[in-house]
Amino acid sequence: MSIEVKDLSYVYSPGTPYAAAALNGISISINEGDYLGIIGKTGSGKSTFIQHLNALIKLQNGSIKVFDIDLTQKKPDLKRLRGTVGMVMQYPEYQLFDETVEKDVAYGPKNLGLSDEEIKGRVREAIELVGLSYEEVKDRSPFELSGGQKRRIAIAGVIAMRPRVLILDEPTAGLDPRGKKDIMSLVKRLKETSSPTIIIISHDMDAVAENCDKVALFSEGLIKAVGTPREIFYNARLLEENEMDVPSVVKIANEMKKRGAVLDGEPVKREELIDAVRRWRSE
Amino acid sequence: MPIKFEKVTYEYPAEENAVVAVKDVSLEIADGSFVCICGENGSGKSTLAMLMNGLLQPTSGAVTVDGKTTSTEEEEELFAIRQKVGMVFQNPDNQMIASIIEDEIAFGPENLGVPREEIGERIDYALSAVGMTEHRRHTPYKLSGGQKQRIAIAAVLAMRPEVLVLDESTAMLDPKGRGEVLKVAEELNKQGITIVLITHFMEEATRADRVIVMSEGKVVMDGTPEQVFRDRESIERYGLELPAPDAVAAELIKEGIPLEDKIYSESELAEAICRLK
Repeated sequence: MSIEVKDLSYVYSPGTPYAAAALNGISISINEGDYLGIIGKTGSGKSTFIQHLNALIKLQNGSIKVFDIDLTQKKPDLKRLRGTVGMVMQYPEYQLFDETVEKDVAYGPKNLGLSDEEIKGRVREAIELVGLSYEEVKDRSPFELSGGQKRRIAIAGVIAMRPRVLILDEPTAGLDPRGKKDIMSLVKRLKETSSPTIIIISHDMDAVAENCDKVALFSEGLIKAVGTPREIFYNARLLEENEMDVPSVVKIANEMKKRGAVLDGEPVKREELIDAVRRWRSE
Repeated sequence: MPIKFEKVTYEYPAEENAVVAVKDVSLEIADGSFVCICGENGSGKSTLAMLMNGLLQPTSGAVTVDGKTTSTEEEEELFAIRQKVGMVFQNPDNQMIASIIEDEIAFGPENLGVPREEIGERIDYALSAVGMTEHRRHTPYKLSGGQKQRIAIAAVLAMRPEVLVLDESTAMLDPKGRGEVLKVAEELNKQGITIVLITHFMEEATRADRVIVMSEGKVVMDGTPEQVFRDRESIERYGLELPAPDAVAAELIKEGIPLEDKIYSESELAEAICRLK
């Protein structure tokens, strides 16, 4: 178990006329190696939830344990927590700030108190991991890079901390199709090489179906369901009640079923659908 | 012909390291059409949009709206053009100025000097067109992203525009909000308003009657969604992708499954596959 959340509640501006409940008692276990997709409408509590996981939001009610770090304790080791849980916020390129790409990416590891040599190595590795050439970009201003490159540098700044858990809040929002594809394959590569546990918030159901092995559906500050993409995306009633979109592959399979053609295995990924269609034809 | 581009080039000023954003573009946007503009980040889409109502003026060439050039220094002429060609941008939070929705909608017509009673009528029309009538006296801050964008559209509609340009207005919304905005755009198009939709979502492009693809400041593809998306090589080359069901259809065809090579929705594709057996 890498992350254990129990009965987590959170109210913004408590005790004021503006008090707004964002989380109403949620519990979830996330295992090391999970690729968890969090789905739900805007305002359902997704971002509030993930910001708890590296204590960007202070715990009000309930409990959170990240590996051996217990956030209910009086003074949890936040430095270690933030080295363990890396957070890529929405539109992370707006958070770039330093004069050069190298300095910007080095900011996190520096705060971990590592040696200069170690920092340099990690910065180089992180920049190469996000698919840019260290030599080419290190002395450039992050602000002269393209949108997709900026976002990758912002992600490099997080992975230079070598977090065991990497959280990304809508990492493909606003990107063009090529940029989206690049980021999703980058996340896959990071899962395989540096951060075995991935948590991603996404409105792109096709991307969630294609990449995640676990899905949590948020609505009105509650987790309505946790399951495999197959369990979630073939639960038509659940999706409808929570006004969620259906991945394109599942739509096609459902439409075929309506016409009397049942594909076996309930495909959620494109490849699974193509296999299932092939098998169905040869039956 | 509401909007016409003749050999239009636009360069951003030199101090911002002179980039040619739009290169020698000639095109016409037909009255009442639903046009979608796609292309990679930095391909010149937004610049093209801002050239449509004189927010930017061409470095060379000419843009005309109903025959009037946007390259004018006369404020009144520019006002007239912007009243005809309204724009809604990406971030709903950057577009709200008033604290009550009806004031937000009234802002444009008030500046035009529209009489009081007529402003009331325009607010009624604009809010009902986007399905937000019941929010008339609410504050915009508590609305969802999709609702905010509908209010931004209503504020443009109150100017009685002929053309509505949506510059990635669905990019920051969740699927439900995107659906709401698209539905409003389609509804307005049916009522005769020309829609220009700039988007990275290919399934939105399939709903247009014309798709223009930009790359490096030039128009590189221009046709019906059918014509554009059937040219799979070019779609790849210009950094776009096929809409999801078409990507599945393309792979099935590659696997030797004898589907007709055309553009499908999910239900059309399901239908076509079922007919194979």
